[in-house]
Amino acid sequence: MRLVVDLNRCQGYAQCAFLAPDVFAMHGEESLLYNPHAEEAQREQVLRAATACPVQAILVEDTDEAPATMGEGLSGVR
Amino acid sequence: MTQEMLLRQIIDYANRADPYPLYTELRKKPVRQEGDELFVVSTYWEIKSLLHDPRISSDARNLSPGAAGTLLQEEEDSPLPPAFLRLDPPEHDRLRRMAMRPFGPPETPRRVYNMRGELARIVDDLIDGFGDRKEVDIVDDFSYPFPVTVICRLLGIPREDEARFHSWADIIAAGLDPDPGGDPGEQRRATHEARTELGMYLSGLIDERSGAPGDDMLSALVTQQGPDGQMSRMEVLSTAALLLIAGHETTVNLITNGTLTLLRNPDVLERLRNDSRLAVPLVEELLRFEPPVQLLPQRTTLADIDIAGTTIPEGASVWLVLAAGNRDPQRFPDPDRFDPDRPDIQHLGFGSGIHNCFGAPLARLEAQLALTALAHRLDGPRLLDDPPPYRQNAVLRGPRHLNIAFDGLRS
Amino acid sequence: MSGDGALERLRREGRIVIVGASLAGLRAAETLRKEGFTGSLTLIGDEPHEPYDRPPLSKQVLLGHASADRTELPRRHGLDAQWRLGVAAAGLDMAAGRVRLDDGDEVEYDRLLITTGVRARPWPHPAEAELDGVFVLRTRDDAARLQRRLAASPRRVLVIGAGFTGSEIASACRERGLPVTVAERGAAPLVGALGGVIGQVAAELQRAHGVDLRCGIMVTGLEGDSAGRLRRAHLSDGTSIDTDVAVVSLGATRNTEWLAGSGLGAGPRGIACDAGCRAFDVRGIVTDDIFVAGDVARSPHALFGYQFLSLEHWGNAVAQAATAAHNMISSSSERRPHLWVPAFWSSQFGVNIKSVGVPSLGEEVIVAQGSLADHRFTGVYGYQGRVIAAVSFDQTKWLEFYQRQIESGAPFPPEYSSVDRRTEGLRPVPADFPDPSLPTHGPTVTVSGYSPTDQRITFTPGRG
Repeated sequence: MRLVVDLNRCQGYAQCAFLAPDVFAMHGEESLLYNPHAEEAQREQVLRAATACPVQAILVEDTDEAPATMGEGLSGVR
Repeated sequence: MTQEMLLRQIIDYANRADPYPLYTELRKKPVRQEGDELFVVSTYWEIKSLLHDPRISSDARNLSPGAAGTLLQEEEDSPLPPAFLRLDPPEHDRLRRMAMRPFGPPETPRRVYNMRGELARIVDDLIDGFGDRKEVDIVDDFSYPFPVTVICRLLGIPREDEARFHSWADIIAAGLDPDPGGDPGEQRRATHEARTELGMYLSGLIDERSGAPGDDMLSALVTQQGPDGQMSRMEVLSTAALLLIAGHETTVNLITNGTLTLLRNPDVLERLRNDSRLAVPLVEELLRFEPPVQLLPQRTTLADIDIAGTTIPEGASVWLVLAAGNRDPQRFPDPDRFDPDRPDIQHLGFGSGIHNCFGAPLARLEAQLALTALAHRLDGPRLLDDPPPYRQNAVLRGPRHLNIAFDGLRS
Repeated sequence: MSGDGALERLRREGRIVIVGASLAGLRAAETLRKEGFTGSLTLIGDEPHEPYDRPPLSKQVLLGHASADRTELPRRHGLDAQWRLGVAAAGLDMAAGRVRLDDGDEVEYDRLLITTGVRARPWPHPAEAELDGVFVLRTRDDAARLQRRLAASPRRVLVIGAGFTGSEIASACRERGLPVTVAERGAAPLVGALGGVIGQVAAELQRAHGVDLRCGIMVTGLEGDSAGRLRRAHLSDGTSIDTDVAVVSLGATRNTEWLAGSGLGAGPRGIACDAGCRAFDVRGIVTDDIFVAGDVARSPHALFGYQFLSLEHWGNAVAQAATAAHNMISSSSERRPHLWVPAFWSSQFGVNIKSVGVPSLGEEVIVAQGSLADHRFTGVYGYQGRVIAAVSFDQTKWLEFYQRQIESGAPFPPEYSSVDRRTEGLRPVPADFPDPSLPTHGPTVTVSGYSPTDQRITFTPGRG
């Protein structure tokens, strides 16, 4: 599954690194490094991270079975 | 309605069950002066902006003498020095970094993640503990014991000591309340005594852990040697006290408020029962709709700040009413509706900026698991009292009891 | 009105062509669909890959935490576009409304968006650039090649140029345990983007992480062995370094050559456009059917004295693409200006560097919070008595405050008290940017008041 983080928005709250540590990792105190192509098995964790992101910076590509709550086929975008 | 009356009413226990109409009134003036040196901020963008404003201090020592009132005195006399919650950078940053080392990324990214199974078991055990009863008090039987058990395991505090620190924690949490009721002098004395006793209790644990460290956070705080060096004994004490108190006094409200909100919105409860993935956005919406920390009463200005047509002078005390900002229609359309499908939910439930909630990832997980389990396992749950009786505290707001009835337990 | 009818027809059945299928092109296409454009949409990209994200290439990918061929950007469902990938645009006929492709094909448009971006500036000596072991880093294929070579544990890596990309490459190499030399002709890393004061902190970071950093030094030649493999680099101080990998990080060149002779105002400094992203023609007259966005665009910004800014920033590509797309299918009264406050980030040596505003416009800088020595601070730049930019090293949570200061034209130096103000934050110092008349290695922001066709820059890469 594809994802991208708007790192201009990111303020290093690290919620994603807590919630989906196999995909998101803090590098130092506030730099976020992530895998832009996470394993499909990580989908639930990635969506948790995207939903919890306090600045809504995580954009996840939709699949058909993703919950309808993610809106417009993309989660986390304005 | 005069300004003075409005703030008084918000603090007034009689309005604890539903302060939101008062917040609507409050937002009509985004920055409201109350008396000489107190300013109340209630709109979303203004709160957000002040949470990121370096001219705002969290250190009570920066209050002007008039605004300081009794708050300052209490901290200064305290046997526990202020924890990072009540400090500014660079001290705040250093202590928070050191506290984070054994808790989360970058050093310990999987601590909370790996607790998922354990948390789910604790929740299930508590629900099993309802036994054959058809009525329970969600607070006493569920949403209090759950986070207490978790924070004890995390910190390495014996669960069986709960009876001892419970009352201290309650008294200290009540000390945050702008109007805890009763005689202020008596209140201060009680808080001081509770802090002393909690300090002594933790001090004993620290002695044990320095000799025989375990893999708990207290041991790590005592023994860690990172780039920031070592915490002093007093720093370990105040940090551990903060984590212990904040670790359950807030989460209990989040879970109880969540249960209450679900029972008031049976359609959402039904959806959660059918799709546990809903728990994730649902908890975010809950943090907006019924935040466990309603307001931050402890900020101070280091300079004159012009905001929303008002100048808050240097040395003033600033209250940021997070719960009012969360219902600001300028930010959230139809704000009084509980809507777990709400897009772009950047709520203020965990604050924002450098003092954002330290335990947020744990609180999220606890609330998600707890509410999902209740939805799955309670057959035909319903409220016995609506509204339920609330705790006195206007800051850490939540029901004191939440009596519910149900037809039985599912396995 | 007939104009409205034409616009409605455009939105319903018009032909929109986007040249440049990367971040800006993709986001523009998505915006067009989201805003109700139902006509035909064609994306043309010279790389054979669908749109992918570049920032991970110099970080996660070089570290081996992510794969170079798996950084495709998330896509919306129902984009319903025709993709012409692996074929470059070769020419533009403005009068006929046609883009010529290098396979000879032609594509007609009613509205054209140009998002061709930039490419890595190559090593200026073609023979030396051909040596095995000489790399640039811009595309995912570049990243895959470099990552493979780093994984083979070279004896040493030479990074030529210490802008953001060069510094991030050096950081990744050190994290992989590889010996690294960085050669920078300026006085410090990042000096073009952040100035000498902050550049010194970047230099300390590099040295603290074991980088052999050489500033005020140019690489004068790359020497190969008989098999055509890089073995040595010669430096302007007369010394040489044995190395088997050299990464050329001398900034970027804008992809505008295909527009030569088209009549569009395109040149080496990019394509000038108005604040509504409409391109200028060579006469300086704004077109109404050709739009520009992303790294290749130069547009005037009201906050910065209407100077034309070229911003090679991820966020600029996203914001400008959305504005351009919106304006392409809107009537003139509904059009919006591109008013995005410049912002960028870099992750290097475990430090998060973020900036808002345009630091390179700054005359002075003040350490408003924290301390340079701690490598944790917020620096604020001033220009003619107002706040023009800010940079944070591991202090990003404060940055939005300074963005508002920039937006509101707050006075500089700041005279208020704030948390974590140290003695070094009591007065501003010269920001110490290199003389802008001297070429530097790939500043991320260039400012010019002149039309691009009048402008020539002389780049003197790597030799004195």
